[in-house]
Amino acid sequence: MTTQMIFLILLLAGVAAFFYGRMRARAMTVASAEKFHSRPGHHGFYVTIWTMLPAFFLIVLWLVVAPLVVRWAVTNSLPEAATASGESVSLIMTTVEQLSRGVTQLEEEDFDRISSGAMTVQEVMRSKGVLVGSDAKPYMLQAAILDERLSANSHLFLTLFAGITMIGGFLYGRRGIAPRARARNAVEQVMTLGLIAASTVAILTTAGIVLSVLFESIEFFRMVPPADFFFGTVWDPRFSAPGRVGGSDGQFGILPLLWGTAYISLVALMVAVPIGLMSAIYMSEYAGNKVRSIAKPLLEILAGIPTIVYGFFALVTFGPFLRDAGGLVGFDIQASSVLTAGFVMGIMIIPFVSSLSDDIISAVPQSLREGSYGLGATQSETIKQVIMPAALPGVVGAVLLAASRAIGETMIVVLAAGIAANITLNPGESVTTVTVKIVSQLTGDLEFNSPQTLVAFALGLTLFVVTLGLNVFALYIVRKYREQYE
Amino acid sequence: MVEISAPVSPVSEGANQADSVKMSARDVCVYYGEKQALFGVNLQIPTNEIMALIGPSGCGKSTFLRCLNRMNDVIPIARITGDIELDGEDIYAPDLDVVELRARVGMVFQKPNPFPKSIFDNIAYGPRIHGFSSNNKTDMEELVATSLQKAGLWEEVKDRLDQPGTGLSGGQQQRLCIARAIAVKPEVILMDEPCSALDPIATAKIEELMDELRSDYTIVIVTHSMQQAARVSQRTAFFHLGVLVEEGDTDKIFTNPDDERTQNYITGRFG
Repeated sequence: MTTQMIFLILLLAGVAAFFYGRMRARAMTVASAEKFHSRPGHHGFYVTIWTMLPAFFLIVLWLVVAPLVVRWAVTNSLPEAATASGESVSLIMTTVEQLSRGVTQLEEEDFDRISSGAMTVQEVMRSKGVLVGSDAKPYMLQAAILDERLSANSHLFLTLFAGITMIGGFLYGRRGIAPRARARNAVEQVMTLGLIAASTVAILTTAGIVLSVLFESIEFFRMVPPADFFFGTVWDPRFSAPGRVGGSDGQFGILPLLWGTAYISLVALMVAVPIGLMSAIYMSEYAGNKVRSIAKPLLEILAGIPTIVYGFFALVTFGPFLRDAGGLVGFDIQASSVLTAGFVMGIMIIPFVSSLSDDIISAVPQSLREGSYGLGATQSETIKQVIMPAALPGVVGAVLLAASRAIGETMIVVLAAGIAANITLNPGESVTTVTVKIVSQLTGDLEFNSPQTLVAFALGLTLFVVTLGLNVFALYIVRKYREQYE
Repeated sequence: MVEISAPVSPVSEGANQADSVKMSARDVCVYYGEKQALFGVNLQIPTNEIMALIGPSGCGKSTFLRCLNRMNDVIPIARITGDIELDGEDIYAPDLDVVELRARVGMVFQKPNPFPKSIFDNIAYGPRIHGFSSNNKTDMEELVATSLQKAGLWEEVKDRLDQPGTGLSGGQQQRLCIARAIAVKPEVILMDEPCSALDPIATAKIEELMDELRSDYTIVIVTHSMQQAARVSQRTAFFHLGVLVEEGDTDKIFTNPDDERTQNYITGRFG
């Protein structure tokens, strides 16, 4: 029986146990004079839990532990000569495991051919459709047979024990159906644990991502001193040629990339903040309900456009347009420039600024507006002197969130910013960003032991720390503001 | 909008006598969308007196109050018919500037609503937007001080004028809002249940304050508390289901009302 089959049977048994338990509890409720503590559904679920969970954990544990035990046993069975010859045990074991997939097809005569030396193990296995390396030796075949047999036995026992546990659990859960049994409490406890487990998945994933990036970064910093990375002003990683391991010819100064990122984000914010804020003020203070209900979703569509499409727009339409427009007034703008990427990215983050600011401005209590009107203030005085000061912390939070979005943005800058790592003040020149360089260092044939590749992780980690810091700061400000009015 | 107050104001000052009429409403109806909230209210508000508007919840007294400085304009679905005059001048006239009207008819709200600014700036906000010479610092300080004194808050806050107004207690905040309204030098002050969020001590302070303010201002107060109406007002108007049932001297309304509905309400049979 395959493992999938065991899981499927377990699932079906669980469902059946639920209906059985509920039915039985119902019947008992009707028959018994005593009032039941829990509802029939709770009892049903209680039986399900006892049927499924112990067996489930047993199977999971078995699947983790059993291969280790088998491997240990097979390793010990290898002739001493094999391990003594200096060959790596793990390499031998890899071949043994490959062999074990095919040994069941071998017949008596195949063994004779091998022992007589007529055919090599590799040739015999190939004739059975199993590919193994040329280092497969006859003694490994013995180990493979053992491996195969132990695995099969282990699986048989697993099926047997899982079945016993399942039935035992079911019987135990079934016995628990009684008027005073606190099935509801038990079920709710298990559900709570399930919910906790679900939320832990997200947290653990984040931790896993951070750790994997962190370890690769540490690997990078073994080859390139952190000072050169964080304070170097030249980005010139050269090529990551396969075979030239550890060739730290390149220079990995992050400053030009950070500068490009910051410059483009600044241009983006200079576009997005005024437009977004003014449209938010219009939406929340001036627009009628009809206009608002149409215009706000339209504005938010901007956020739904894939960023690669913005990239096309920048590359094909906006960049050449800026170049030609700049040419008309005698200002030299390259097609891929700070301005191109910054403008298009600014348009992309308008909805982040406007939508959040709109919510925040709308959340300013109506009583403040009326208080200001009641003193004879005009609408514009009210907005400028009462509403905006009250909304300011939240708006700052919105802008910071938009900024962290801009800093992490990739596709627009890959297409529109250029690849030359310059530190320049001229917005018409091309710069590059951290994200662009991560993409270019990780594209193509890679070897994950050269600084040219590993630098991408160090860049990613830096970017992560920066945007995380911005997000935390923004959320802190927004939350502080919320407390003021709720 | 056209500025029209200049030629009119001499007239209003001439009419400013103790028993004259400050504001008058004729046949005022208010609709919120399809729903009619006020039905043909006729009411005269005498100068330098306190008029109390009483009645059960949802009777339209707050709606009427908000008509007096056109605060209902803020609500998009509200529609008003009829005439309301301030010193004989129609406040719903198309060429009247609503901003100027609200400077003359100030308002204090149910819930204290200090601006998220310092105590000083809360008071100075109104005068500043009305062009009070902000470059003359001592004048502004004096205006802030007198406004706070009139509102009986000066002693409590004089050492911390630069601290946020939102940090004061509820009663202090409400007196700050009254001081804020006074600083604009209005002629009429509308109060929409100003004590409903306050404890009895703060309420007593505000009632005392209203009595002092009466010599300079005309006050209209909406209140749920009949005791409060009886204590502070000279005239009382009773609203029920959007209709002005009865209006008269406070003493008469509370001792010998003409209408049975008024009688029932003040004796606590409904409401």
